[in-house]
Amino acid sequence: MSFLIRQTLIYAIPLMIVALAGVFSERSGVINLALEGIMIFGAFIGVTFVRILQAAGLFQAAQQAGNWLALQGYLLLTLLAAAVMGAIFSLLLAFAAINLKADQTIGGTALNLLSPALVLFLVRIIAKQNTLLLLSGDSATWFMIKKTMLGFDKSAELGFLGETFLNKVYLTTYVCILIFVILSVILYKTRFGLRLRACGENPQAADSLGINVKKMRYAGVTISGALAGMGGAVFAITTANCSSSGEVAGFGFLALAVMIFGNWKPLNIVGGALLFGLFKCIAAAYSTLDINGDGVYSLAELGLNANFYRLLPYIITLLVLAFTSKKSRAPKAEGIPYDKGQR
Amino acid sequence: MKGFLKKDGTRSVLASLLSIVIGLLAGSVIILIVGLIDNRISLNSAWEGIRLVLFGVFSTGRNAAGALTFGFNPANFGNMLFRATPLIMTGLSVAVAYKTGLFNIGAAGQYLAGVCATLFIALSIPSSVVPAWIIWILAFLGGMLAGAVWGAIPGLLKALLNINEVIACIMTNWIAANLVTWLFDISKLKNVTEGTKTGYIYKTTFNGVATPKMGLDKLFPGSQVNGGILIAILFAVLAYILMEKTTFGYQLKACGANRHAARYAGIKDKRNIVVSMAIAGALAGLGGTLYYLSGNTEFFWSTYQSLPGEGFNGIAVALLAVNNPVAVIFTGIFMSLLDIAGLQLTNLTAYNEYITGIIIAVIVYLAAFSLVIKLWLAGRKKKKEAMAAPVKGPAAPMPSITEPKGGGETPAEPKEEEKEAQA
Repeated sequence: MSFLIRQTLIYAIPLMIVALAGVFSERSGVINLALEGIMIFGAFIGVTFVRILQAAGLFQAAQQAGNWLALQGYLLLTLLAAAVMGAIFSLLLAFAAINLKADQTIGGTALNLLSPALVLFLVRIIAKQNTLLLLSGDSATWFMIKKTMLGFDKSAELGFLGETFLNKVYLTTYVCILIFVILSVILYKTRFGLRLRACGENPQAADSLGINVKKMRYAGVTISGALAGMGGAVFAITTANCSSSGEVAGFGFLALAVMIFGNWKPLNIVGGALLFGLFKCIAAAYSTLDINGDGVYSLAELGLNANFYRLLPYIITLLVLAFTSKKSRAPKAEGIPYDKGQR
Repeated sequence: MKGFLKKDGTRSVLASLLSIVIGLLAGSVIILIVGLIDNRISLNSAWEGIRLVLFGVFSTGRNAAGALTFGFNPANFGNMLFRATPLIMTGLSVAVAYKTGLFNIGAAGQYLAGVCATLFIALSIPSSVVPAWIIWILAFLGGMLAGAVWGAIPGLLKALLNINEVIACIMTNWIAANLVTWLFDISKLKNVTEGTKTGYIYKTTFNGVATPKMGLDKLFPGSQVNGGILIAILFAVLAYILMEKTTFGYQLKACGANRHAARYAGIKDKRNIVVSMAIAGALAGLGGTLYYLSGNTEFFWSTYQSLPGEGFNGIAVALLAVNNPVAVIFTGIFMSLLDIAGLQLTNLTAYNEYITGIIIAVIVYLAAFSLVIKLWLAGRKKKKEAMAAPVKGPAAPMPSITEPKGGGETPAEPKEEEKEAQA
């Protein structure tokens, strides 16, 4: 059971944070179809950054000294680097959508085409193959928090909660949850958040009250880019075992779906991401899944084809969308370039 | 000449050409930057890379001295036409949907549906019992139908349940990718006799089914080209006639322009959305059908982790053609020309074919604000006229107001032209 929760979180966390990225952009009035592209870029930056640190010998030194706190610090630095680069990358979308009043769907599609091509182009030149790996080791060797690091004995029994949340976990999970909570509060409880949302609902009214719509939309898209870039790095480190290969298994698009069936609201998004993460986790590990720990692999014994489980998350998403779409309420002004002359 | 420049169509072509030039420039600059940063790549090979990006289709390899040689290469040209076939079809798919106001990002899934149905039909019916040409027709129709069904699903979801077609298409893409993997996984069509590669489906030639060459192989010896490209061009013309010359096409476009106004005018908007997506799906499905019915391409069946690039490149093809079905023929061929250049780059230099994707992405990015570019092209002329205007007197303001519509035949025009010529 604790394995199931841990694995579900590994899939759900990137979805959750990237869906929130989508919320920030769309709530400010810009459709961000480029989440997938920014994630791919963030994943590449994350892996490259770790490689640079490794080439400088920092990782090996930290491990020899037994200093796992330093390693976690490097992990945070990696997330930061990916977030910064993701924000810069998203400026391409912001510029096209806000300054040039371009079609936002097409602009996003362009970034989705650009990012995998650029990443694969560079990866092939750097690594002479289509996957960029670390110089040595993988995310489990460097970043995974094990109970021995926290001062527990190797054979210590931590109980259900301890096993689930302290052993074999990644710091990224908790960092992302923290950021998610903080940003949700900012979106709903601060002046900045209110103004941002106003620009996505009725920019003309917001403008008439002295809010700079352009600035707010830039803020929305940039925050979105930073979160998506970070989400990409989290995906690369936890889900893809520290590799970058010009794709993130469609997670950016799935995050978009999670955002829509979460109705552009953070709390619903958590639910959607967990639901989706659960089915993704089942698809990846159904054959070794022992839910109540009695040695019976109930899902494997059903004898269903592996492809059925892989199919499941997408069909469930469509079904959920079908049932919730009547109530679905997108930000009113999303996708419409702001025109001062239009009242 | 002036009137020609003012036409909306001309401006679209100019804007597209400008996008292409900027895209190619961006690709060259990236090659140069990578060449400067990476010390394993000399400046000379960076220069070679740039030349291949621009003229790759004319590449004939390297000569004895190791220098790049260029000339007419029939194999390259034939392969360019062959690879253009699926791009034209997916481009048409996106263009037709776009005219109805729908963004068909699901061409990849529809393409896969077409491939799947085609391969199953073409390989399962024994050619010893049924003549090969009948199997070919069945496989062709099957691919078209499968694509249409797969396209109609997001159309139905949009029309009946008001689910955004973009998100529905993304989901149906991944469902198709997984479903196709599943179906081939349990099928007997996996190629086991040619043991060199694993994970591929038999070529349709194993059952004696292949698209006729229609003499194109004699025109471009050594290439994979076949009659598929002619079929694709035929469909482009048909799509043009459907959209521009029929009542039904007019109804579709009316729905795209303003769904509510169309309904008010008595057009069945919901039915049209579904039909438009079904047509788009059929076209994308045929892209896959024509590519794999060629008989010399193998399908990698384990698709559940990645979607075929043809689907997304179809978006680029359609955008660059400003959703004009006939223009799609040319932009499709241009995209595959970039593909060929990319392959030459991989074969002959330290760079690789993904530069093609970068160039295409830049072009699509520019297409996103092609309207701005068009206005800019128009605006430059307007400024020129404004400068010339005071000399003309009171009649001057008129043309500048009517001008953006592209009429350009106001009597004041020729005078103005003369003045500019003098200046």
